[in-house]
Amino acid sequence: MTEVAPHIEPHLLDILETVSDPEIPVLTVLDLGVIREAVEVDGVVRIKLTPTYSGCPAMDVMSDDLKTAFEKAGKKAIVKLVLAPAWSSDWISEAGKKKMEAYGIAAPLDATADKEALLGEAKVVACTNCGSKNTRLVSQFGSTACKALFQCNDCQEPFDYFKCLT
Amino acid sequence: MKQDTLYQYILGIADNSLILGQRLGELCGHGPTLETDIAITNISLDLIGQTRSYYQYAAGLSDEGITEDDIAFLRKEREYRNVLLVEQPNTHFGYVMVRQFFFDVFHLLFLKELQQSADETLVAIANKAVKEVGYHQRFSSDWIKRLGDGTEESHQKVQEAVNDLWRYTDELFYMTEADKAMFNNDIGVDLSHLKDTYYETITTVLSDATLAVPDNTYFQKGGKDGIHTEHMGYLLSDLQYMQRTYPNMNW
Repeated sequence: MTEVAPHIEPHLLDILETVSDPEIPVLTVLDLGVIREAVEVDGVVRIKLTPTYSGCPAMDVMSDDLKTAFEKAGKKAIVKLVLAPAWSSDWISEAGKKKMEAYGIAAPLDATADKEALLGEAKVVACTNCGSKNTRLVSQFGSTACKALFQCNDCQEPFDYFKCLT
Repeated sequence: MKQDTLYQYILGIADNSLILGQRLGELCGHGPTLETDIAITNISLDLIGQTRSYYQYAAGLSDEGITEDDIAFLRKEREYRNVLLVEQPNTHFGYVMVRQFFFDVFHLLFLKELQQSADETLVAIANKAVKEVGYHQRFSSDWIKRLGDGTEESHQKVQEAVNDLWRYTDELFYMTEADKAMFNNDIGVDLSHLKDTYYETITTVLSDATLAVPDNTYFQKGGKDGIHTEHMGYLLSDLQYMQRTYPNMNW
């Protein structure tokens, strides 16, 4: 159900690649998997954007950033917010997950490990600073709707974990 | 309006999220710890986000050219369809968590049923929201256990909150005319069908939390028909302040 591939015309990828998530600037909208469709019809680029979380305030900013990026390239873009199919953290690209880790945010685990991590029953989330899995959940809700707050028991580093949403 | 019943049905769902989202938003900067403060406002944001999706859909059904903001900010108290539970004030953190827990358990069961609706847009919203509400219920259930099975004082406070808010739980399953009509159209959810599972879940968590399940059978309702408690007016005066003071203002 979550394996629906987005329909993006290849010649638009370069421009899309320049637009990043305002809250996790190392991730582009493509890394995040929020672009569900991007097609150019009669010189107008039509984009379908899906929110990570219903109330995600980054969506309005992303939408504006997309329009600006295409405007700079001399193209008009129309961005439409779509809800179905619902975004899944599985849609974050492998490259995106690596960038996220390097930025200090632990990337989402699979659904089972995620549940164990967030119920505090298993030590599975690796510290983004020292790599130790001896970490603990501080709060299921972190600095944004998509993240939970963790702390490393070894190096004491507090860090965000991007919640699994599948 | 052509689709007035569907419009009313959507408001019946969305108003719960708006009003609870507003209540939780009031706590921004006032949570007992930084982590709980952030959690509460995260939940508020999810609920308001869901509300926006519902209101945008409802606004599109209306032929009066209204927007989601008109629906949120320009109705009178009697036109809000939320249950009485969600408008109850933020007395203390234990109270806030019991209110949340009583609503989350219902909300999750409800959304799982709404995912089977014959209405595509409602299914899309439910598919999105159900993932978020799973986290809400985990959070509030954890706190019920922590507070109930905590200190003597936390146990007493949360038990009082359970006893106090219990009377508002039955209204969650009350079906308005719009609810019944939409259920008959395969669009709406049969609320009475959720009741047993709801009280089973509540009983399990309360027992784990060493809390007593109230045995009073006096239940209050009215919100779904627009008859609210005295707290609602104060909530709305905050919520609607900007639009009432500066009509038609925009971002």
